[in-house]
Amino acid sequence: MLAMNYRGPYRVRMERKPMPELLHPEDAIVRVTRSCICGSDLHLYHGMVPDTRVGSTFGHEFTGVVEEVGPLVKNLKVGDQVLVPFNIACGKCNFCKQGLYGNCHESNPMATAVGGIFGYSHTAGGFDGGQAEYVRVPYADVGPTVIPEGMDPDDAVLLTDVVPTGYQAAEMGGIKEGDTVVIFGAGPIGIMAARCAWFFGPSRVIIIDHIDYRLEFARNYAKCEAYNFKSMKDPVVFLKRITDWYGADVCIDCVGCEAEGNPLQTLSGRVMLMQAGAGTALQWAINSVKKGGIVSVVGVYGPPFNLIPIGNVLNKGITLRANQASVKRLLPRLIDHVQSGRLDPKGLITHRIPLSEAPDAYRIFSSKLDNCIKTVLVP
Amino acid sequence: MANSENFDYRQIPGWGMDADPENEPTYPMKNYTGDDHKRINYERSQQQEPDVEILMSNERPALSRVFGNTVPPSGLSGAIRRYAFRHSEDSYRHWLPLILADRVNMVEGVIDDLSRGYIPDICTERGWKAEWKYNPAGVAKKVAIAAAAGLLIYWSCRKKHSKS
Repeated sequence: MLAMNYRGPYRVRMERKPMPELLHPEDAIVRVTRSCICGSDLHLYHGMVPDTRVGSTFGHEFTGVVEEVGPLVKNLKVGDQVLVPFNIACGKCNFCKQGLYGNCHESNPMATAVGGIFGYSHTAGGFDGGQAEYVRVPYADVGPTVIPEGMDPDDAVLLTDVVPTGYQAAEMGGIKEGDTVVIFGAGPIGIMAARCAWFFGPSRVIIIDHIDYRLEFARNYAKCEAYNFKSMKDPVVFLKRITDWYGADVCIDCVGCEAEGNPLQTLSGRVMLMQAGAGTALQWAINSVKKGGIVSVVGVYGPPFNLIPIGNVLNKGITLRANQASVKRLLPRLIDHVQSGRLDPKGLITHRIPLSEAPDAYRIFSSKLDNCIKTVLVP
Repeated sequence: MANSENFDYRQIPGWGMDADPENEPTYPMKNYTGDDHKRINYERSQQQEPDVEILMSNERPALSRVFGNTVPPSGLSGAIRRYAFRHSEDSYRHWLPLILADRVNMVEGVIDDLSRGYIPDICTERGWKAEWKYNPAGVAKKVAIAAAAGLLIYWSCRKKHSKS
């Protein structure tokens, strides 16, 4: 089968790989119909995530058709069209049973800090991902969800990560009616977080980035205020000023480890790799939120640590909330939002590219060429 | 539009409908069952049989019930990874060797390609076709900088050579 094959930082190619096999009685084999390149795939592509082995296939956002099921799979049958959450979850451990499907304890032997994720390095379990024609899906009765009849396949594929992660980012913010919410990062997740924030009743949603076309897209898609931090002397002072010198009620970090805007963070985190990427967005979030405010983090940071102003977290009484999205927990609500027309996930998609051209697709997304927001690969 | 004073955010489809006054930071979003106190004594699925070498975090007692079996450790990078996994996820001695192993693995990948008689198509792998299509000025700039740097190195080498 044709699959994306990682060869080292900034290098991927398409290759024939052996077909995946059932390795566990609760596995399924899924023929991929759509897969996306996620912003967090770029951390892998840029060589930022430890234990990303040459020969790996990325891709944790995908939909497909069930081709084969293991003997213990009860809820799926061959031919079902499914959307597959990015987290691999057993549904039985204490974490899954409490709705923390992103923290499953039985899907990743290689690290305890993260559950299993499709195509996201051996640090996240060493599973191949969905940027291929076929993929092995463990615990097929738990994560995969049959795509509701009539749902657009482009909407479905974005329900595997982008929509739940954006929604949970807003949900973790504990937004109250009338709140001012500031979101750092106008990538797909940041834009979706800005759109979903409105579901919780704020009076202002503000998004901060440095790429004008993305800010313009966010302004139109998420109906939010959008500002370029490169046009301001100090983003934190700017945000204090436009929030009556009080600070935002909620700040959300949708950037993660490849942030720009602070030379010291960039040098130590992205160039020298002395910390797990640049913590600029999180630093700004902590310093821009009001006293007693909430900072929600969905931007991805790798191990081992980041330099952030933790003293300010204490002194301002800030609550930090973070997690990988619990996709399965959120799906019923989000499917309802999509089917009712309140949410338009496919509106984020700017590029549909054949799977065979994945190297170009990575380049377009990574270098932000051709006003790219979200790329879907079609086998 | 959103910056306008006349902007009525209440007209946004779904505005406020998921607001939950009980969603305070002290109200965790997990469905707390108390089972945390049973620790790892929960019902499990069958164990996937390892068919390749799987490196395991030393912060857990056994393999998880399923795991990925792709790209097992091999060669020099594999030896470095085995060393890394002797240390906990808390340690630099775990993560830094893994990053080193990734870079070594990249070189091993090129050697493996060449040993199979395959010359990697670096231009295609790096997506330069797309870069050229959408950003020709940027590509031209990079080529010009690389050429200038090459000429500078060549010139300084020649100068050193002629002095000696």
